[in-house]
Amino acid sequence: MSALGGGPPDQGDTVHLRSGGPSRSGEPSALRSTAIAAVSTLAFLGAIAWIVVNAPGWAAVQESFLNGKIFAQTFGFIDGAFVWERSILRYFLVNVALFTIAEVLILGVGLLLAVLRSLPGPVLFPFRAMATIYADVFRALPGILVIYILGFGIPGLGIAGVPVEPFFYAVVALTLIYSAYVSEVYRAGIDSVHPSQEAAARSLGLSKFQALRHVILPQAVRRVVPPLLNDFIGLQKDTVLVSYIGVVEIFRASQIKQAATFNFTPYMATALVFIVVTIPLARLVDGLVARDRRRAAASAR
Amino acid sequence: MSGVQPPADRLSEDGKGQALLIEGLHKSFGKLEVLRGIDLAVAEHEVICLIGASGSGKSTLLRCINLLEPIDAGRIVVEGQEITGRKVDLNRIRRRIGIVFQSFNLFPHMSVLDNVTLGPRKALKMRPAEADERARALLLRFGLEEKAADFPDRLSGGQQQRVAIVRALAMEPSLLLLDEVTSALDPELVAEVLNVIRELAGGGMTMLIATHEMGFARDIADRVCFLDAGRILEEGPPERIFGAPREERTRQFLRRIVEAGRLQV
Repeated sequence: MSALGGGPPDQGDTVHLRSGGPSRSGEPSALRSTAIAAVSTLAFLGAIAWIVVNAPGWAAVQESFLNGKIFAQTFGFIDGAFVWERSILRYFLVNVALFTIAEVLILGVGLLLAVLRSLPGPVLFPFRAMATIYADVFRALPGILVIYILGFGIPGLGIAGVPVEPFFYAVVALTLIYSAYVSEVYRAGIDSVHPSQEAAARSLGLSKFQALRHVILPQAVRRVVPPLLNDFIGLQKDTVLVSYIGVVEIFRASQIKQAATFNFTPYMATALVFIVVTIPLARLVDGLVARDRRRAAASAR
Repeated sequence: MSGVQPPADRLSEDGKGQALLIEGLHKSFGKLEVLRGIDLAVAEHEVICLIGASGSGKSTLLRCINLLEPIDAGRIVVEGQEITGRKVDLNRIRRRIGIVFQSFNLFPHMSVLDNVTLGPRKALKMRPAEADERARALLLRFGLEEKAADFPDRLSGGQQQRVAIVRALAMEPSLLLLDEVTSALDPELVAEVLNVIRELAGGGMTMLIATHEMGFARDIADRVCFLDAGRILEEGPPERIFGAPREERTRQFLRRIVEAGRLQV
């Protein structure tokens, strides 16, 4: 937290320092705690860096993982000019397309599964059972296996009209895997809405479905936005797995560059891309969680 | 109401102008028998107060009448129509029976106006403009017109409960059930809610009121029913129940209430 958030410390820290510290107002103590955080972070990182740089194999590792020239080339900077076609960022667009399309599908399929699992009555038991089995099976299976089996198995059947593009199976596999998790998140949200809300809706003559649609789900979905985003962070990273069925995306592109240069620096470049894309989302999730906590505290006054 | 006129023959069968008839109602939760044979007839425009200790079955009775709880035995007839039969449309019946809960149960993600119009819009399929008009008229009548755009968490408990009453009234129910509607309120907010109920009684609303407010029950009720261990042990006009209760259990209960300072004698 302190390593990333060099910004203002949160309310709790300020209050704590104000009551215990010698400072007269809140402003200097906030500054002081920021300074302490910065110094301790620098000292910590400095110590790590010193250990790494003085390691016996540092020179070799530096050459094969942190080669500046190859790093620039990986991003498409060749002889001082930027060449989009040779940049791994071009292939990252494939990952972006993968997770964007899959996220939309997952939101829909996950919600459908969660609703199916909340259906009442013995007549609808098969739907509940199927949704439950689905969630169990796809959470049990390692994602890479789903991707392999779908990506090689289904096209292998050779059924006329069935797509053969790996991208298609990549989206399907990611949707299947993550919908199972997301349906559980939705279900937790639905369960968290107090039964009295449904009673109130039903007492007005709303049907079970209307109560779900207008009263339960709007409250449930609002509550699960942070855990949903959390799953999407996982999904963004897992888009690299589909490289194994022949989708040329950023990880495959960096493998190709690695093979061409006998140098691992392209992987470091790919790692950097994911860090840059994922961390803002992680910060957003944390921010939303903190906001929800403040709201809950405010409404419980 | 919803335009459905009751068939003429049922009036003779189930009594004239009868709003509610309950016969032999039993309800258990697992092994716990909460209602052990309730018989009750409520005339149109009648106000009935249910009194009794916590756990005597008041709330369960109200929830059974609104079919929020399935019953184990007996029957419930509303305006001549048996609602506990097999082939009844629960949603249609609930539109005619309003219920207000102890804990308000407003929808926190909707404005006051949306809370009030949700039932008319979705259950009665009313046009939004018409539902808005009806809701605003009701909010105006109960002094809540300025709160229409607010969300429930911006309202005091008394205001929330008044909105909950308005929400039930927006369905134009023929019977209103009130389940200890002032029990969750700070003492200084109780009066505003009780005044609303008084006004409704004055307007001829048929009501079944579970309450711990004995003074209020004495003022407003046409009839008071004392529930004890899942039965109506004693019923009668408030003067008699509070003035000269016949059953020892009723006397005990009222003595405790007086000792707690909840009823002036």
